[in-house]
Amino acid sequence: MSWPVIRKSDADRAAANLRDYDAETAAFTWKTARAELAGLPGGGLNIAHEALDRHVAAGHGDRTALRWIGRDDTVRDFSYADLTKQANRFASLLRSLGVKPGDRVYAVLGRIPELYIAALGTLKAGAVFTPLFSAFGPEPLQARMEIGEANILVTTEALYHRKVEAWRDAIPSLGHVLLVGCPGAAPPRCIGLEAALASADPVLETAATRPEDMALLHFTSGTTGRPKGAVHVHEAVVAHHVTGHTALDLRPGDIYWCTADPGWVTGTSYGIISPLTNGVTLVVDEAEFDAERWRRILGEQKVTVWYTAPTAVRMLMKAWDSDPRPYDLPALRFMASVGEPLNPEAVLWSVEAFGRPFHDNWWQTETGGIMIANFASMDIKPGSMGRPLPGVTAGIVERAADGSVSEALEPMALGELALRPGWPSIMRGYLHEEERFRKCFAGGWYLSGDLAMRDADGYYWFVGRADDVIKSAGHLIGPFEVESVLMEHPAVAEAAVIGLPDPISGETVKAYVALRAGFEAGEPLRRDILGHARKRLGPAVAPRDVAFRQNLPKTRSGKLMRRLLKARELGLPEGDLSTLESEER
Amino acid sequence: MTDEDIRSVLRDELGRIAPEIDFDRLDPSVDLREQADLDSMDVLNLLTALHQRLGVDIPESKAAALATVDAVVAYISSRRSGL
Repeated sequence: MSWPVIRKSDADRAAANLRDYDAETAAFTWKTARAELAGLPGGGLNIAHEALDRHVAAGHGDRTALRWIGRDDTVRDFSYADLTKQANRFASLLRSLGVKPGDRVYAVLGRIPELYIAALGTLKAGAVFTPLFSAFGPEPLQARMEIGEANILVTTEALYHRKVEAWRDAIPSLGHVLLVGCPGAAPPRCIGLEAALASADPVLETAATRPEDMALLHFTSGTTGRPKGAVHVHEAVVAHHVTGHTALDLRPGDIYWCTADPGWVTGTSYGIISPLTNGVTLVVDEAEFDAERWRRILGEQKVTVWYTAPTAVRMLMKAWDSDPRPYDLPALRFMASVGEPLNPEAVLWSVEAFGRPFHDNWWQTETGGIMIANFASMDIKPGSMGRPLPGVTAGIVERAADGSVSEALEPMALGELALRPGWPSIMRGYLHEEERFRKCFAGGWYLSGDLAMRDADGYYWFVGRADDVIKSAGHLIGPFEVESVLMEHPAVAEAAVIGLPDPISGETVKAYVALRAGFEAGEPLRRDILGHARKRLGPAVAPRDVAFRQNLPKTRSGKLMRRLLKARELGLPEGDLSTLESEER
Repeated sequence: MTDEDIRSVLRDELGRIAPEIDFDRLDPSVDLREQADLDSMDVLNLLTALHQRLGVDIPESKAAALATVDAVVAYISSRRSGL
C-alpha cells in the first residue's frame, strides 16, 4: 500500500530552521556546529555549562528553563538562573560528599524537578550521570548499578524502600544515597536531599571537563548478555544542540514538551540537554499518559514543539475513536516522534487531528542524538524515518559471512542501517565491554542492528531488528535479561522471550517456559511466574503473558531459536531449520 | 450485578495482568499506578478485559479518570444500570 506524500509549502520551508536540506547538508561541518557553543571560560567543554551558565552569562537568566507540572497540576517554574543555582547546589553537595570527577551518580526518579537538578548538577561537578527508569524492578536496577559501579544514588524514599534497600550492600561502590521526599529524618544510611541542598553552596565553578571526558552512561540491551552501558562524553553536547535545532526545529522562545522519561536516552538528550542548550522553555509533566490531560497541557501551556513516541500517538488515536474532537492548538508549530517507526496511519491521523503531521525520526542510545529525521521543510513520506541529518552519513550495508560489509546502493535494497562514525555524540564504548563495542563496527561503519531500506529519494524505511531484541513502547528489551529472571522461578526449566506485534506498543513481550518435573502448567502457575517476573523486572520489562511448552526449540549448540517461536506464533514461514536440533513441543 | 460482583471481576482481571498485586491491600480511592507498579499498557489491558467480561464499553478517553478501584466500579455500575 502506498500512502500519500505530505507536501510542505514554500511558507513551511521559509519558516523552518533547516530550509534547504541539500545546500545546508553540503555546507555543514561539526567544527562550525561546535563554534555555536561557548566552551568553558578556562577551556574545556561541559554539557551543563552550555545548557545553563551560557544563557545566564548572555543575560537570559530570567527566561523560564523548566516548567514543571505536578500530578495534582501544581506548576513550578525555574528560570535559567534558578536552575543554574539549584544545579550548583547539587554539585556543591556532591563535592562535599567527596564525589570526584568521573564518579557515577545514578538517578532513579520520576519526572520531578530534583531529577533535572541532579542531572545538571552532576555534570557540573564533572561526575557521570546515569538515569534509570523508575518503573524498573529491583533486578534491572541492581544489574545496571553493578555494571556502572554506582557511587551515588538519588531516588525517593518510597522507591528506595520498595526497590533498593534490600540489596543496597551488594553494590560495594555505592557511597551515599540521597533521598527526595523525606523532609524529617532520613532513614538510616541515607541523606535527605531537600535539607542537604538548602545548605549547599549555590555558587560553584563548573568542573573543567574536557570534551572527551565521560558525562553520561546510558544503558541499553542486546539479545544476549547483560545490559550494556553506552558511554557518552561532554563533546556530545555539540550534537545534542545542533540536532535540536535542525531535527526538532527548536529556537529560543519555544515552549517545548518532550514526553519521554529521562530514564531513557531520549528523555536526557532531548528531555534535558538539547532544549536547554537551545534556550527554550522545557515543559515537564510528572503524570503518566492521559489523553485528556495531554490535550489540556498542549493547549494551556501553548506548546510550540512537541516530541513524543509512537505508543503515545497510538493511544491518542484510540482515545480519538471515542472522542474525535479536533485539537485546537494554534501555538503548536512542530510535532516529532521517536522510539519505533511511526505507522503511516498515525502520520495521516495527525494531519486530521492536529492540522499538521508528526515528523518521525530515528536514532539509538549508541548514537546519542537524532541521526535520521523528517525535517520541518521536507515533504513527508508516511512510514519513512526521513533522511540523514547534516553531518551524518548513513548507508545500507550487507554483512558477508567473513564479517566484511559492503554498501548496497540500489534503491530499496534491504540491509543493515549503518552510519559513518565521526559525529560528536557517538558512544565512546560499552563500559567494560570492549569486545561487544568492537563488534558494532566493520568496514568503517557503525552497524545499528536495525534492518532498513533507502528509496531513490534518499528516504530511509525501517524494516525490523537484525537480532532478537524486542522494541516495546519505544524501549529496547533484551530477551536474555527477561529469560534470566524467569529461570530464577523454581518451576522454570527453560525460558524464551519474544516480541509479538501489538497495535499500541509496537511489540509486546511474551514468554515461553518449559517446566521442571513436578510442576503442572495452568493458570495458577502462569500467574505465579508472571507475578515473579513483574516484581523482579517491573512492568516495562516483564512479559505481559506466559505460555507453557514441554520443550523450547534450540540449535545444536543449545541456542534458543526465538525466531522460530515467533514465526510459529505469527503463522509465518519457519525459514531455515537446518540448525534446529531440539524441537518445540 | 452488585458493586461487589464488579469488584470481584476487577480483582480477577487485575490478577491476570498483574498477579503480584495484593488486591485487598490496595486503597480503592488511590490511583492504581501510584500504589502498584502498573504502567499505561497494563491499565489499557485491564479496561479492555473488563469490557470483554462485562460488556461495558469504556472509552479510551475515560481511561485516566478510571485509575482507581472505586472509579472503575462506580463507572461500570452506572453504565450497567443504564442498560
